[in-house]
Amino acid sequence: MTTTMRSLVVLGAGTAGTMVVNKLRHRLPTTEWRITVVDKDDVHDYQPGYLFLPFGLIEPEQVRRSRHGLITEGVELVLGDVDRVDPVAREVSLLDGRTLVYDELVIASGTSPRPDQTPGMLGPEWHRSVGEFYTYEGATALREALAGFSGGRLVVHVTEMPIKCPVAPLEFAFLADDFLRRRGLRERTEIVYVTPLDGAFTKPVASRELGHLLADKGITVETDFMVEHVDQERRVLVSYDEREVAYDQLVTIPLNMGADFVARSGLGDELNYVPVDKHTSLSTKHASIFVLGDASNIPTSKAGSVAHFSVEVFVENFIEHVHGQDMTHAFDGHANCFVESGGGKAMLLDFNYDTEPLTGTFPVPHLGPMTLLKQSRANHLGKLAFRHIYWNILLPGRPLGLPAQMSMAGKVPAA
Amino acid sequence: MPTTTIAGHAVEVNDEGFLTHPDQWSDDLGSELARLIGIELTDDHWKLVHFLRDDFAHLGETATLRRVSTQTGTPIKSLFDLFPGKPAKKMAYVAGLPKPKGCV
Repeated sequence: MTTTMRSLVVLGAGTAGTMVVNKLRHRLPTTEWRITVVDKDDVHDYQPGYLFLPFGLIEPEQVRRSRHGLITEGVELVLGDVDRVDPVAREVSLLDGRTLVYDELVIASGTSPRPDQTPGMLGPEWHRSVGEFYTYEGATALREALAGFSGGRLVVHVTEMPIKCPVAPLEFAFLADDFLRRRGLRERTEIVYVTPLDGAFTKPVASRELGHLLADKGITVETDFMVEHVDQERRVLVSYDEREVAYDQLVTIPLNMGADFVARSGLGDELNYVPVDKHTSLSTKHASIFVLGDASNIPTSKAGSVAHFSVEVFVENFIEHVHGQDMTHAFDGHANCFVESGGGKAMLLDFNYDTEPLTGTFPVPHLGPMTLLKQSRANHLGKLAFRHIYWNILLPGRPLGLPAQMSMAGKVPAA
Repeated sequence: MPTTTIAGHAVEVNDEGFLTHPDQWSDDLGSELARLIGIELTDDHWKLVHFLRDDFAHLGETATLRRVSTQTGTPIKSLFDLFPGKPAKKMAYVAGLPKPKGCV
């Protein structure tokens, strides 16, 4: 019997892409499937670590590894920039002229901060008084800026939703409060949280349980603020309705967008996210394109935990899909995120497409040890331990022992 | 959730007055919701409200200001003129949809 070798191409070797190739390599026979993963460089960052870099709570080398070392044997890692995908010819062309032919394609190219999309954000003060922590370069530059900060107005600003790791800006504000207290600068610093939404907390249960945190820490909130431009000379954010927020040190989360090749290939929405079926991650337009991680438009948080849970569901579906069967597994939008709240404590959020973050315990009903939507030391330790879990269990595709589907056991339903 | 009567229709609303069942919405209701926040709906308003309704029906999520702006070709500044102060929230309110939310 002759079998034709089939080809799976994965675009992006980040959290989702790495898990996909490592898991599928063990499920697809090497005699039947070639697996190729493409990324622009050989650097894989543990992105949750960026939050801690500016405060010196983690060292730069602890967040960075080579992609090669994280990808299992039998998977080819191609380094290059994607020019475009041709879904009809089933080809991916790279900017250097190479072409990759696929039978099945997974787009896992994530989302990136785009300071170029807000006038005045890039400029001589970029990565100085206009800081950010969503890139390795930004987070390390912000560490320098904060080391030299002597007080004034520290403004934490979200440009527009959706952003990846949507609680990170709040965590940054909480950790900044801690950091400034330790350095004796808190009395001389005003911390302002600026959001395009109508509050720092926008869901009823979280708002009720956590609304006090900002007031307790003396952090003021500027709501409904849609930035129009940044005036680096006057050090102000200016909104579309002509309000101004002055800063001495700005920490902004620029507009987040999916990869440019998605737009060039005609596959994306206005932010270059690929529309998919939210339960199967299959493109709504092309039956051989799946989209995992932050690159899709699914209505849940852009977060590593979502990538993890959705990849687990995807792998089971993909095996059915390539055998010509119906996909029988459905992703529920499950997200599970640690939230640093300062003072060596953290909270844990657990939610899905249909359920907002609730109170309760995790992962064992009623026992925990972690508490949902409530600050605890155990949650903080969980968050710290997670870096090791990420490198050693999640990326290699080993089972973590947490079900992909969210469970309501041990959780208190919203009133 | 409290039930209230708007433009002769019994609808369920949340603490902030947003409809909790988007399918209870109608054009009549939209006009009345707009009136309650001091807005008289013109064709320009309706174009945006109907876009929000269609988009929500497809994606299950309220469109962000940026999405409304690019998909309807309306500059963000004009959205602020049409729905002063808080366009994202006011458009969602008039269209009977959930306000734009973060994850907490």
